[in-house]
Amino acid sequence: MYKILVKQQLAPSVQLFEVEAPLIAKKAKPGQFVILRVNDHGERIPLTIADFNREKGSVTLIFQEVGASTLELGRLQQGEFLLDLVGPLGKPTHIEKFGTVVCVGGGIGIAPVYPIARGLKEAGNEVISIIGARSEEILIYEEEMAAVSDQLIITTDDGSKGIKALVTQPLKELLDSDKTISLVVAIGPVIMMKFVAETTRPYGVPTVVSLNPIMVDGTGMCGGCRVSVGQENKFACVDGPEFDAHKVDFESLMARQRMYKPHEKQHSEHIAGKREEGCKCHSH
Amino acid sequence: MSLLLTKHPMPEQEVTARVENFDEVTLGYTLELAKAEAERCLQCKTAPCRKGCPVEVDIPAFIKKVKAGDLDSAIAKIKEVNSLPAVCGRVCPQEEQCEKYCVLAKKGEAVGIGRLERYAADTARNKGEAITAIECSAAAQKVAIIGSGPAGLTVAGDLAKKGYKVTVFEALHLPGGVLMYGIPEFRLPKDEVVQAEINNLRKLGVEIIVNAVIGSTFTVDELMEKEGFDAVFIGTGAGLPHFMEIPGENLNGVYSANEFLTRCNLMKAYRFPQSATPIHVGKRVAVVGGGNVAMDGARTALRLGAEQVSIVYRRSEKELPARLEEVHHAKEEGIEFQLLTAPTAVLGNVDGWVIGLQCVRMELGEPDASGRRRPVEAPNSEFVLDVDTVIIAIGQGPNPLVQSTTKGLKTNKKGNIIADIDNGATSKPGVFAGGDIVTGAATVILAMGAGKKAAAAIDTYLQGKKECSL
Ligand SMILES: Cc1cc2nc3c(=O)[nH]c(=O)nc-3n(C[C@H](O)[C@H](O)[C@H](O)COP(=O)(O)OP(=O)(O)OC[C@H]3O[C@@H](n4cnc5c(N)ncnc54)[C@H](O)[C@@H]3O)c2cc1C
Ligand SMILES: Cc1cc2nc3c(=O)[nH]c(=O)nc-3n(C[C@H](O)[C@H](O)[C@H](O)COP(=O)(O)OP(=O)(O)OC[C@H]3O[C@@H](n4cnc5c(N)ncnc54)[C@H](O)[C@@H]3O)c2cc1C
Ligand code: SF4
Ligand code: SF4
Ligand code: FES
Ligand SMILES: [Mg+2]
Repeated sequence: MYKILVKQQLAPSVQLFEVEAPLIAKKAKPGQFVILRVNDHGERIPLTIADFNREKGSVTLIFQEVGASTLELGRLQQGEFLLDLVGPLGKPTHIEKFGTVVCVGGGIGIAPVYPIARGLKEAGNEVISIIGARSEEILIYEEEMAAVSDQLIITTDDGSKGIKALVTQPLKELLDSDKTISLVVAIGPVIMMKFVAETTRPYGVPTVVSLNPIMVDGTGMCGGCRVSVGQENKFACVDGPEFDAHKVDFESLMARQRMYKPHEKQHSEHIAGKREEGCKCHSH
Repeated sequence: MSLLLTKHPMPEQEVTARVENFDEVTLGYTLELAKAEAERCLQCKTAPCRKGCPVEVDIPAFIKKVKAGDLDSAIAKIKEVNSLPAVCGRVCPQEEQCEKYCVLAKKGEAVGIGRLERYAADTARNKGEAITAIECSAAAQKVAIIGSGPAGLTVAGDLAKKGYKVTVFEALHLPGGVLMYGIPEFRLPKDEVVQAEINNLRKLGVEIIVNAVIGSTFTVDELMEKEGFDAVFIGTGAGLPHFMEIPGENLNGVYSANEFLTRCNLMKAYRFPQSATPIHVGKRVAVVGGGNVAMDGARTALRLGAEQVSIVYRRSEKELPARLEEVHHAKEEGIEFQLLTAPTAVLGNVDGWVIGLQCVRMELGEPDASGRRRPVEAPNSEFVLDVDTVIIAIGQGPNPLVQSTTKGLKTNKKGNIIADIDNGATSKPGVFAGGDIVTGAATVILAMGAGKKAAAAIDTYLQGKKECSL
């Protein structure tokens, strides 16, 4: 059992959990993820390791409550336990001194970009970060990102903070400037990653994205997380989750992410119904 | 006494009832039926049946005990060599193994060895077997076992009985390997049979750590150098499923059998939404392949509510690799067989969902390397199967995580670990391997046989190691 040491609300429906998991903390590297289960009938939920503390033996997870399982997760309190937690899974980000790198994080994707930006900074790179959200209210990790970046650019859709633009606008300006950009790392909604890929493609700047297809085991057994990269099937949980953005078939990934829409609705209604009945197995 | 040429049939759930539930299809013998079936055994001195069993269960000896109604002795006899008899009695391809060599099979049907083995094991379990923990001394050597499928569990049981301190590491949240995530509940009950057998191992003193991915949480080298394990057994099984490499395989509605079955068995998606993991099954389902995995996928789809389910297999009925009983049950349940048929493309609609499976008919040509006649495409035979779900069950490659993170561990071209067939020794001293990770996808009892040999070899190795350090 894995104890929730700290619970913190970062934004409406965005939570941070610091979870006791010494074995995972010992091994975690930027870019890797865990899979957890809340309870015995629960789904296996993949979440990126947003931070880790080797001395304390803990990992930090930041998640958005988007459906029934993440809502159930969010109802756990500090001091309570996760039933299952496995990791670190996936390949770590390739970190070395590249020169000037741009880290792009969109929405909840800012959380997983953070350890990568920090790693790149520690490796001696000049780190320029662009973080974006719909509005100031749901912008997370601003201070943390500022601390590991040489320059931090903020965008919001509604202009409530930073520039009123999509992340791709300042990115394009950087690409057009006389700076030599050696690498772009982008994590966020698939549609954002797709547009980042289209933005950097004409400039030929290597671009890495972290993909989040629907997973089950996360250990390279089920084949459910397959994504098409350079016309080839790759398995995000063992071959990724990071891939060359210019080779990813984003359309097929987006279609596959929608596969269970009707089930997700049904599950949410079921959980809501249970809660009204006051069913013990779903209450904490 | 005249000899009965056929096996006593095993009671089963009615077809119409069972396709609506996930309860076990076969119900097992009663004492009367078991005794009557045991009567059929001729107690052959040479016991040809034994050589068909990879772990050489003393078949006539245990059957004699069943006949006498002495079930305690019967199960004790079996357990001398087989630590998972309730599983093997249910899933071994007996017609290819023990029963194939039974003398009765020459004139009629073999003795129902699997059914009797199952009966003995179930009776013992229902009675509540007394299992005493084996004390291991503080100085006991430590063995790490990676993977809790039949291979790993066998090594664990054998070495715990010898007094070693055994720890099993399993990546998933429940132990059992394919027994938990692959083979369906209606063939192999998960709680009553699989977890019960595993709990017996725990009672013996085996420690099982779930949610531990070796290669990541620990590497093999760390287990040996830092965690104090004196030997390691790798039984990580088959891994990533093969796809057909035809257009449309990433459409919504296309599953690998592994994913489809894992959702249903391990994650209990058949109870959705009480269980949180969803599964999609359309009205018309095509399952590509002809092995046990394909039959399991097809029969699971049917139980999840599909109206029509077809097996699509490129050879003829004779070559179907599945157990006879599975093919028989599948047919009874109304699964259709599109034999000598090979898919060429999955067709989809604009929203990215499957709307059909394009296929060609095949003819059997010259024998290939495996000795089976190679299927060749019949000219102008293209047609479209009207389906909205496709399940691909054409095999798997090895699980890659351990191999890619272990220094000095040799693998073959396909990525399987190279290990000595007689003792499981790998290229790395102190590291042994067996089961599907070595042989490629095979059977439960072969994985157990490999585990058995490896356990004996590990024992010898550790005794030698102890002497050296004295
Ligand atoms: C490698 C990886 C890392 C991730 N990291 C984070 C993270 O750090 N923070 C975060 O908030 N989210 C992260 N996600 C996404 C997160 O796993 C999903 O949001 C969550 O599983 C949704 O579950 P639900 O039942 O609450 O929502 P549902 O209503 O069931 O689903 C909402 C949407 O989430 C996606 N989803 C559903 N189930 C899964 C699944 N098993 N695997 C992947 N996606 C799924 C689907 O696109 C679906 O439409 C990550 C996903 C992956 C694969
Ligand atoms: C659907 C299906 C039906 C089948 N039906 C039959 C049948 O009727 N009869 C029959 O005899 N055989 C059948 N088989 C085949 C049989 O199940 C396998 O041959 C057998 O399970 C192999 O055993 P194993 O111990 O080698 O590996 P597995 O059973 O595959 O177990 C391996 C275990 O190792 C774990 N693991 C993998 N990597 C790691 C890691 N890095 N760290 C920790 N743990 C890890 C896995 O999660 C898994 O639990 C079937 C297989 C399938 C898929
Ligand atoms: S273990 Fe399998 S092969 Fe051996 S006797 Fe039992 S059913 Fe037959
Ligand atoms: S060969 Fe058949 S009849 Fe002879 S001992 Fe074995 S099971 Fe009995
Ligand atoms: S999630 Fe199953 S193979 Fe990647
Ligand atoms: Mg969900």
